[in-house]
Amino acid sequence: MRISKGIFVQITLAISLFLLIFILFNNLYVNLINKQIGFTFNWLLRPAGFALSESSLNYSPSNSYAWALFVGWINSLKIILSSLIFSTLLGIIVGLFSKSKNKLLRKFSSIYVGLIRQIPLLVQLMFWYFVVFLGFNNSNNDHYSHFFSVSNKGINILNLNLTTEFSALLFGLSVFTGAYIAEVIRGGINSVPSGQWEAFKSVGLSEIQGVFYIIIPQSLPAIIPGLTSQYLNLAKNSTLAIAVGYADIYAISDTVINQTGRAIEGFLILLLSFLFLNLIITYAMEFLNRFVIANQNRRIR
Amino acid sequence: MTFMKNIINVVNLSKSYSAGIKALDDISLDVGKGEVLVVMGPSGSGKSTLIRTFNGLESFDTGYLEILGIRLDPNGDEKNIREIRKRVGMVFQQFNLFPHLSILENITLAPIKVQKRQKIEAQEHALSLLSNMGILSHANKYPSQLSGGEQQRVAIARSLALKPDLLLFDEPTSALDPERVNEVLDAMRDLAKKGMAMVVVTHEVGFAKEVADRVLFMDAGRVIEISKPNIFFQNAKEERSRRFLNQIIK
Repeated sequence: MRISKGIFVQITLAISLFLLIFILFNNLYVNLINKQIGFTFNWLLRPAGFALSESSLNYSPSNSYAWALFVGWINSLKIILSSLIFSTLLGIIVGLFSKSKNKLLRKFSSIYVGLIRQIPLLVQLMFWYFVVFLGFNNSNNDHYSHFFSVSNKGINILNLNLTTEFSALLFGLSVFTGAYIAEVIRGGINSVPSGQWEAFKSVGLSEIQGVFYIIIPQSLPAIIPGLTSQYLNLAKNSTLAIAVGYADIYAISDTVINQTGRAIEGFLILLLSFLFLNLIITYAMEFLNRFVIANQNRRIR
Repeated sequence: MTFMKNIINVVNLSKSYSAGIKALDDISLDVGKGEVLVVMGPSGSGKSTLIRTFNGLESFDTGYLEILGIRLDPNGDEKNIREIRKRVGMVFQQFNLFPHLSILENITLAPIKVQKRQKIEAQEHALSLLSNMGILSHANKYPSQLSGGEQQRVAIARSLALKPDLLLFDEPTSALDPERVNEVLDAMRDLAKKGMAMVVVTHEVGFAKEVADRVLFMDAGRVIEISKPNIFFQNAKEERSRRFLNQIIK
């Protein structure tokens, strides 16, 4: 009897929830129709008519709004993935510095983390864009310039050309997120009992070998959940791209909404594109987490 | 100063903490080849601190410390410390096995990574050590699957894997269930019989009487006396030693 009662409650709850959502959407739809705005995605196929400062795919103003948004999504993906890699490397290095025997490295680590966490990300992005990258002069005359150069036109590494906007965003997001990841790594390392350090030292392993073979593997279960949060924050923070004029999904949606007046549909697309992106990150990290946990369970009967 | 015959030479070793508390107070001692030195004393007397300076886990302030002919500076020269650690094994109260590695991997990690021995050879050596310890069947298990006594015997096998000239034991049986103590002490007796030099911090009077060549008694960071076990346990020279023994032997 108790089971059927449980199911009854569940079904009632589900129906009420659907009803609520239906009422809200119906209300929205009816009002949009009444005001003769309507709820439609037809406009997506019309030509966008605006140029993009940056595109990894073929794009011209005569392409559709849908294509412009997709190009923006790819641009977002590009900045998120590259910042994710750089911030992780930076975070691991600085996190390990904080456990180093070298006083100077420890000091560097604590000043870096302290400083970065006190300054708003928007201010940091502005700093990287206006002060650092636009502060470089235009001359690329030195003889290294065909391998690597930094100027107010961005960064050049062989054939790879990074725009000023992309470079500023990459540095800003990586340096910002790196500080938080460093703290996650430090916390993870602290979760390993000090007896493990003494044990690996006693068998003659070097500090680097010990950290690599003994400490890091044991700190992963404590690191991964915090790392996932930081990656999701990084993805969401990437929308500040609009401040330095990088054409990410948010910046392009903004223009699209301004031109078409389709705020509700535009934001719906924006929401769904971020939902999709963050679900990818969440599932990838969940997969990693399960792998680590499964490896641990193997060790316990 | 050269003491060619001794494997440990300590002269006037001192260490104090910031509050001015002396962890080690002017300690001098030596340990010869194949000798078993048992260190006893009340808790907080500096026993653990002393043996942890022998493989550089603990630094010291002043004095002379030489292990296996290698001089250790107060500041701890990293190169010398590592040289000593490759030749000195240590066994801890809490075992400190690597929980993410199998028993076999626990033992072979250092021989492979530190001594650059062949994996097959290191494994064969590890299996023979496990067999000596009577726990060969556990080779592919993980530490959490073993009892405390078994884990400590794995820890002993791990400390032997680098073929050390000296073993340090820091209260190896204090964390064990009473019925598990003897299996660990038996393994240590075997090592002593084979001529392994050992410094053992322990409260096991029976073990000390039977195996120790000398007993060192410490209190408040000082060496109170160093005597042969028959003298120490029956007719200790110092009043402080006799008081301690009265308390632990009822």
